Amino acid sequence: MTRASTFRTRRPGAVLRPEPAVGVSVPKRDGADKVTGRALYVDDLKIPGMLHGRTVRSTIARGIIRRIEFDPAFDWNGVVIADHQDIPGENCVAHVLEDQPLLAVREIEHADQAILLLAHADPERAEAALGAVRVEVESLDAVLSIEDALAARVKIHGADNVFKEYNIARGDLAAGFAAAAVVVEGVYRCGHQEQLYLENNGMIGERTAEGGIVVRGSMQCPYFVHDALQRMFGLPPEKVRVIQTVTGGGFGGKEDYPSVIAGHAALLAWKSGRPVKLVYDRLEDIASTTKRHPALIRVRTGHSRDGTLVATDVDVVMDGGAYMTLSPRVLSRGALHAGGAYRCPNVRIRARAVATNTPPNGAFRGFGAPQTLYAIESHMERVAAELGLDPLDLRLRNAVVRGDQTPTGQVLRESVSAVEVLDRTAKRVGWTEKRRRYGRENAAAERAERAGRFAPGGRRLRRGIGLALGWHGASFTGSGEVRLAAVAALELSPEGRPRVLAASAEIGQGAITVFTQMVAERLGVAPGLVLVETPDTDRVPDSGPTVASRTTMVVGGLLEDCARGLRERLELFAERAIDGGADFQRVARRFLDQRGPLRVGRGYRKPPWIEWNDDTYQGDAYPCFSYGAIAVEVEVDLDTGEVRVLKATTAQDVGKAIHPLLCTGQIEGGTLQGLGWALLEEVRWKDGRIWNHQLTNYIIPTSMDAPPFDVVLVENPFPGGPFGAKGVGELPMDLPAGAVVAAIAHATGACVDEIPITPERLLRALDGRKETR
Amino acid sequence: MSAVLTLDFTVNGKRRRMHVPPMKRLLDVLREDCGLTGTKEGCGEGECGACTVLMDGVPVNSCLVPAVQAAGVKIVTVEGLAKGPALSVLQRAFVERGGTQCGSCTPGILVTAHALLQRTKGRVPGDGEVRVAMAGNLCRCTGYQMIVNAVRAAARETQASARKRPARAAKPKAGVARRKPGSGR
Repeated sequence: MTRASTFRTRRPGAVLRPEPAVGVSVPKRDGADKVTGRALYVDDLKIPGMLHGRTVRSTIARGIIRRIEFDPAFDWNGVVIADHQDIPGENCVAHVLEDQPLLAVREIEHADQAILLLAHADPERAEAALGAVRVEVESLDAVLSIEDALAARVKIHGADNVFKEYNIARGDLAAGFAAAAVVVEGVYRCGHQEQLYLENNGMIGERTAEGGIVVRGSMQCPYFVHDALQRMFGLPPEKVRVIQTVTGGGFGGKEDYPSVIAGHAALLAWKSGRPVKLVYDRLEDIASTTKRHPALIRVRTGHSRDGTLVATDVDVVMDGGAYMTLSPRVLSRGALHAGGAYRCPNVRIRARAVATNTPPNGAFRGFGAPQTLYAIESHMERVAAELGLDPLDLRLRNAVVRGDQTPTGQVLRESVSAVEVLDRTAKRVGWTEKRRRYGRENAAAERAERAGRFAPGGRRLRRGIGLALGWHGASFTGSGEVRLAAVAALELSPEGRPRVLAASAEIGQGAITVFTQMVAERLGVAPGLVLVETPDTDRVPDSGPTVASRTTMVVGGLLEDCARGLRERLELFAERAIDGGADFQRVARRFLDQRGPLRVGRGYRKPPWIEWNDDTYQGDAYPCFSYGAIAVEVEVDLDTGEVRVLKATTAQDVGKAIHPLLCTGQIEGGTLQGLGWALLEEVRWKDGRIWNHQLTNYIIPTSMDAPPFDVVLVENPFPGGPFGAKGVGELPMDLPAGAVVAAIAHATGACVDEIPITPERLLRALDGRKETR
Repeated sequence: MSAVLTLDFTVNGKRRRMHVPPMKRLLDVLREDCGLTGTKEGCGEGECGACTVLMDGVPVNSCLVPAVQAAGVKIVTVEGLAKGPALSVLQRAFVERGGTQCGSCTPGILVTAHALLQRTKGRVPGDGEVRVAMAGNLCRCTGYQMIVNAVRAAARETQASARKRPARAAKPKAGVARRKPGSGR
């Protein structure tokens, strides 16, 4: 880094000292607006003449629409009605495949599928109109589970209901298993998970006087919405404008679904000529928007006596839901992470995404990796038990180190921290000592109970500690970034301040704060001087979606380059070095006066050492991986099956923490989502519909369920990232589930093979344990 | 339903008169009629606490309170937490300590925390005590620890500045913490 020469600022008192902007927890850019209630989310906006939209949805999972009846007794005055025939362009929400209609035509493919749209100036009238529409349907046999889909008695996609299959192979699997001293096999299941951003999905659509459309609302990916709207309305790019409003969380749930709701709001606006607000309530949001893919994962591994992995065979099946949407990409990431952060010479990974008649599953923090990492980490626990090894030692023996190859043949060259995060987590938590202590205490409690001596309250409690290791590839998979060709820019505002132009959405994670820091550091100014443009497709270039742990690393990297370029231009112009913020503004204003506007843009360029083959699925799947390990301590009530998480200790290598506080915030929040997925969060289905689509019975962790966190930030810089930064957004979600399974096994001996580990599920597992004794 | 209630109440120290249906949710009265959109709706059934406001000093889920019940009461919303343009000690602590990420739960969380700090005036509530107070406010971003840290830091700061001012002994009020309607599970 060239900090010494560039980051000196002259302050009053004429003391020259460096003022780093990166690595410092500066005030969060959007913080003050959010703590005062000034921040305006989509539902806070009112536009004169605005109507309120509602969506008529299917109540069955699969069938044919026979007739739609509008109750003649209802006063339809002022109600705008739109169906598929009103769509000016294509009736499709473009993702990977163009199979998802914006509005159903004849076929119903999943419950809560949108059929018809209504709008009225009075939201209560709009709601009432919803009850006055009757959709007559003929019900057909539906495919509602992974097992049903694989059995393919009912075919809903191709001949076998398989949306996509990936096969990754390395070495000689048969030889690997033949040479193994021990072979361990397990099957692991995980269910849907709702993102449960606190702000529901919502959009406002408007038709412009020039025959274009403007949509504003809650989203992660303005250009995804922009692309989708062009297709739906048959409009050129310049006639479609998408603006992000303050967004109350996303976690992937606002990656692809906003294209649907934007299309609906815009269609009602297109038809009525009035602005239309379409904001879901919680019930509608949970019932109809995307979830984490459920998965069924079979793992078979071969080991030598000392635990060394010699063969890994993983078969992953994910439930994609009714339409393909993002499933191939989720599946790909799941498959690429399925072997875990372990070295193994002989690997086969087979991954399939299948179609079911349930609402399409989509992006959720981790994007397929939490599912497969939960499986491999639960599996490693079984292996350790089978071989009588300490789970830490087993992982240390097999964890990837520099120079190792992944199942796709990627050589891990830089910033490979699997061993370090394991070591640091273990040291921080006091792994060996705690494991022994809990073992001792549990044995003592059992002896006491057998002797009729019970703990106060008669509760039979056991404690345990479990470990998990994980990795997460930062940025898009394979050639994804090349295809995406992200662009970001910096411009000078009229006051001579640098302004960030990027499509990356602030969704709470701190993207805009981190951007200002990285730009400020390279310009040698304070982060407060840097402005950030609202993501608005009329104002910012397409820097790609706000997903895949790519914002800091990829878009931040582009902005860092832009800042270098901007500084160079201004210094050339001034014929001297720029010294601090006031000087920057002086020079910038002079530039604006004499030369006019200045904008410096940069596009993504693939580092030459990245080689990826989409056909063979071999090569460098990601520019680099982030690594993390976690130790979870639990207390289990043997009689109620309740699990309390006592503490979560985690070390995560993020390359460089641009903003340590925000970075820790990502880790703590992601960890709690992982703990929720492992223990509490269960989507319950009846005939293809979600019946617990409300916060009363879809349970996410409260402040009393959340453990204290002990987070260690590890910083092994990745030379390809800005200031060495790698991704951090998703990694924390990848880790907890496997560690919870392990901790419960340590506490109780119960071998749980399905999450969430609800009390009912755990009690069943505990019963099973007794039977096998 | 044509009945209209003339609702007289005080919001953030200002007396207000509204003409609203008696069963209109206080949340909607505040957001639509008073133009105070800081208070958010997260679930509409009293589970998430995003719509928490103070009603005569007690945190309530405003999505569960009909307008008629708000007659004559004093309401405090997130917009009323700062006196003047500067952030309150509590608000600043949230910004400085990572207590807010996406901000959707933040208004309700701040209102609940504000009520807690009123109750515990003169001492710093323990980690567990803050967690109990916050149990009716869901946050999906932070993992709660930074929220707890921010609340306790604000209490410490308030206490420190109270000590500096002489002649003003802050005495903890003996009061029973009332439950929020609909927050019990």
